[in-house]
Order: sequence, then C-alpha cells, then structure tokens
Amino acid sequence: MNKTVLILGASSGIARGTAGALARRGHNLILAGRDEEELQRISSDLSIRYEIDTRIRLLDIVDLASYEEFCTTLLHEGEQLSGIVCAVGYLGEQEKAFDDSGEAVKIIASNYMGPAVLLDQLANMMLPHKQGFIVGIASVAGDRGRQSNFLYGSAKGGFALFLQGLRNRLFREGIRVLTIKPGFVDTAMTYGLSGMFLVAQPEDIGEDIVRALEKGRDSIYLPRFWRYIMLIIRLIPEKIFKRMGL
Amino acid sequence: MRYKDQELSGWNQFPKCRCRVTRPERYSALVPDSNQSQIARGLGRSYSDMALNEAGQVVLTTRLNRILAFDPQTGTLRAEAGLSLDEIIETFLPRGWFLPVTPGTRFVTLGGCVANDVHGKNHHNTGSFASCVQSLELITAGGEYLQCSPMTNPEVYWATLGGLGLTGFISEVTIQLRRVESAYMHVEHHAAEDLDELIELMAEDISDYSVAWIDCLAKGDKQGRGIYMQGRHLDEDELAPEHRIHPLAPDLPRARNLPFNLPRTVLNRFSVKAFNAWYYAREARKTSFASDYHSYFYPLDSIHHWNRMYGSKGFIQYQCVLPLESCSEGMHQLLDELQRQGHASFLAVLKRMGPSNQAPLSFPMEGYTLAVDIPVSGMKAATLVTELNAITLEHEGRVYLAKDALLRPEAFRAMYPGWEDWLAVKQELDPQWRFESMLSRRLEMNHE
Repeated sequence: MNKTVLILGASSGIARGTAGALARRGHNLILAGRDEEELQRISSDLSIRYEIDTRIRLLDIVDLASYEEFCTTLLHEGEQLSGIVCAVGYLGEQEKAFDDSGEAVKIIASNYMGPAVLLDQLANMMLPHKQGFIVGIASVAGDRGRQSNFLYGSAKGGFALFLQGLRNRLFREGIRVLTIKPGFVDTAMTYGLSGMFLVAQPEDIGEDIVRALEKGRDSIYLPRFWRYIMLIIRLIPEKIFKRMGL
Repeated sequence: MRYKDQELSGWNQFPKCRCRVTRPERYSALVPDSNQSQIARGLGRSYSDMALNEAGQVVLTTRLNRILAFDPQTGTLRAEAGLSLDEIIETFLPRGWFLPVTPGTRFVTLGGCVANDVHGKNHHNTGSFASCVQSLELITAGGEYLQCSPMTNPEVYWATLGGLGLTGFISEVTIQLRRVESAYMHVEHHAAEDLDELIELMAEDISDYSVAWIDCLAKGDKQGRGIYMQGRHLDEDELAPEHRIHPLAPDLPRARNLPFNLPRTVLNRFSVKAFNAWYYAREARKTSFASDYHSYFYPLDSIHHWNRMYGSKGFIQYQCVLPLESCSEGMHQLLDELQRQGHASFLAVLKRMGPSNQAPLSFPMEGYTLAVDIPVSGMKAATLVTELNAITLEHEGRVYLAKDALLRPEAFRAMYPGWEDWLAVKQELDPQWRFESMLSRRLEMNHE
C-alpha cells in the first residue's frame, strides 16, 4: 500500500524544511496550501531532488466549509495517510487587529480554529490503520501572553493544548502526536523583524522535527535551547510580567 | 517587503557597504521595485561591488532555488536561479550527470553563473557558462517575464550572460548537464621552469581541463615558473578497484573552516616564498594520479571562509586576459610589476582561454588569463592594480568584472568595446536604471 504524508501550509519555510527531511527518507508527499504556483514549484523540486511522488492540493485554512471535500478527495484508491504535518500559520499584525476585527478573526482562524477542526477530521482517516503520526507546529509565542503578539500567541497556545488532547486521544490508537514549538526561524515570517536572535535555519528545524518523530517525542522546543528561555519566561511572576514591555 | 539593514561585501571583503537587503521566498515575490534601484545577489561569491547597492536594495535569491524540471534522458535541467552548483552536483552527480562548465567554487548560484558568464578549466575547448545555458527567464524592470535563448530574444539573452545582473532578475535558467561515468579525475602535472615554457605547454592544449599554478615570486630567468595541471574525467573501467564500489559517490575530505580573519602579517613575502618553493617541489613530483572531482575542481571549497586568510581589510583578486599575440610580453610585465611592488600571492593561476562568445560583456577571449590575489592594505593595492590595469589595457586585454574593484569608466569602455551594444539593450529593457549596482555606478555604465 502506498504511504503518503500530508503537509498542510506547505509553502511556509518550516514546512519546506520538514518536507525536505521527509522526502530524503523516501516519504511521498501531498502538499496543501493556498498558493498554487508556489506549491507546484516546491512539489517539482522535492520530486526531482529526492525521487519521490508528490502532488499538490489547494486548501484555504480559513474556509472551513471546504474541509469535507478536501478530506474525501485527498487520497487515491489504495493510498494510506501515514502522517500529517500541520505548518499552517499566520503571524498577522496585532496592531491592525485592534481596529480591524477581520484581521483578528484571520489570525485566530488560521492558527487555531482551522488547524484544530481540520486535524480532527483528518485524524479520523488515520484511525483504521492504527499507526501514523501528526506533527503540529505551535509556537513559543503560545507559552505566555505578551502585549506584542497575544492574538497570534493565544491561538498558537490553544493549538498546542488541542494537540495535547489529540495526543491523549490517539495514543491508544497507535497514532503519535508531536508538538513543535519553534523559536526564531529564518523564514519570510521573521525576516527583517527587529529583536531576532539565535535564528535557526528552516532546513535544520525540518531535520530536527523528523528526528524528534523518530525518537517518539511528545512536545519539544526547536532549537532545543528554547526550553530554557521559555522556562525562565514562564517563571516570571505575573505581577512583574505585566509591567514588562515584551 | 520587509528588509534588513546589513553590511555586505563581496567574497573578498572589499569594499564593504551598508545595504537594504530583502529576501523573497515565493516566486511571485520576486518583483522589481519601481521606486528604488535593485540588484540581485546569490551566495555572495563574486568579488568587490557587483552585488552591492548602497543606493537602493539588494535582493537575495537564495530561497528561490527550486528545481523545476529534469529530463533523465537528455540531462536538461530547469531551475530557479537561486539554485547552487553545490545542490546540482549533490543531486545529479550520483545519477551520472555533471556540470559542463564549472568555476572554482560550487557555492555559486545559477543566476550568478549567468550574470558573470563564468568559465572553468575547460574554457579552451568548451567555452564559458553560456555554452550550457539553453534558455533563461528574465523579469524585466517593467515586470515582464521574458523567455530568452540564442533563438528567442537573442539580444536580451546575450546581454544577460555576463550582464552583471543589470538587465533584470534572472529568475529561471535551463542548462544542459553532461554525462560522466565516475566522480573521479585523471590528473597530470608538468613542471615548467619559466613562463614561456608554461605558455608553450598550453599553446596547443588538447586536454579536457587544464590550468597552471605559477610561483609569482620566482625572479629572473625563473620568472613565471609553475606547474601545468591537466585533467579529464575517468571512465568507470579506468577506476582503481576501491573507487569502483561507488564510482559516482566518492568519500570527500571533510571541509574545514577558517573561523576568523587572520592578521595581515601572516601572509608575507617570506612565508609565501617558503610556501611556493614547497608547493612547487611537491606538485612537480606528482606526475600522474587520480583525484576525486571535488579536490580537483573545488580545492578552496574545502576551507570554508578561506577569504579570511587575507585579514579583515580584504583583498583584490586581480584577473585579466591577454590576447595570444601580446601574451608573453604582457604576462612578463604583469609579473614584473607584481614583483617590483613586493607583492606576494600564493594563489596565482594562468590558464589558456578559447574564443570569446557573442555576449558583449563576457570576460573570456582567446588568449591567456592570469589571476592573483592582492591583499588590501592602505593605498598600495590600489596603486598596484592601477598599474596592472594599464599593462592589461596596453596589451589589448581586459579585466574580469566579476572580480574587479578599481577599474575606471574609460578603461572599462576600452576593454569591452561591445559595451555600446549592451547599453542599447539595457536602455530598451530598463531606461530608468531600476537595476543598478555599486559596480554599474563606478563604471558609469549608464553614460552614453
């Protein structure tokens, strides 16, 4: 039976890094996202470099009504969904969202509502096989609410909580769920932002994600040192934290 | 698009300047900005100021490196211009395909190879990079996607090869790879006692690849002594038994890294003289041997950041080509001048070049090319390069714009008589000079 991994939000930098690491190990891939031309380019690149089968599927994560059709037509006859990587994300502009509720909805829908609802449906497709994996890309921003990006952060934090529950539910079904909380990664999302430090390359993050899968981890920060940074940030008492300009 | 304010330089760390740098990750984001000037930059291996633009923006193409099509029957490869030769080799050499033309480093992008019309050790029989470029896509200042090849839009094609990135964004390149049976090379060394013997050895060069290292400190009747190094790809049945197991996947020596700039005093006349004597004696003894392709084509790639060897002020890699008639006399004069100014370079390379192509700004022409590294310290390097430029010009030669740092507009025009043809195409494509670099301003390329 043909085993295939589905990448959601496949044109993002982290997704490309992860797709490369999976392709190098011989997994066939379905790349889903909004930007057809971009997906096509990534798809041909991965299939030629790693000699695997790839195809693309258009998906707009905020269009919840499209999920059912997306899921029912996702696989070919006799094809098995062996894994899902959800790298959907939208940083958005917090400032803009204060005046524009459309932006606020987009941030929450892209980072939490869409991924949670879609993964829930996709997980059902994996149940019969009693094996497989789901990787969700959350964020360090989801560990504590900060004035500069708490809409994005709260949605990612909610998504991390969702993944935790999903892991609990699917554990007995033989399906593993891995939560990734990336720190700063050198992608278009962060390029040129001020205050970036120790920025990791997306190919390295992709490789680390697949290694974490192979080791059977549940939830990790990437690069790993972020666990210490976040430990400190989580430990700051709220009385002090609320006065800080983070 | 968001940008980074960053200090940039060419590979030689001279000159340095602050630039606004953007980095599109989607193909649709590679769009010329109509409000400011721009220049594309790949892996930053070209020298000096060709990929700098202090007056506008620098657009990094490194994330636009997707392979778009490959025909395993013919070896035709279409890819985005940010794809590096390193990735091409890593992907296709195990399948028996290699680059028909490669410069001395694999850490360059396809776009950079096109923009500089680079050459390799087989220029005398294969020509420059243009010879393997079937077609390319150019995004012009007006936002048009132009397909160019020697048949379609030939003026634009030839103006873009060697066009220093000034005709527009080179977005996609289609090249023809060549078949190889193994990743190993057969190499032969011949020692030559002086420059004329070396030139003689290369005069009727029938080897596939060739290059000569010269000891530019040797004086008098030993001036220009050196080692002529020939090479060719080995077929599978010629390989040593231990190489036959994985003929296309050799064990490569691990690359080392030079983690910081060396103090300028490390490389001096005495240390280089000692090195050259040792190197000459050592290499002259190796008459014939097998080498993996990497050590043969990319010896300097085994030391990451070798450019730090010359200190934080950087260096100039002076490369010129002289036509056959004036070559011997001119090369002697160049070496005289280097020695007179007490200059010590342990990387001095001489190479026979074949005929030029139709690209008006392409560097190679029939004759011999010399490349030497000159550390930048005070005004001395500038004076020396100015003298060398004068000798080159006097002998009807030209300097390589991918490396040049100090050429003046008048000398550029004299060395590249085709520049007016190039300018006509440029004015047509980009009358407002939205594609511009520190180099194009220095050479006043926009003046008629």
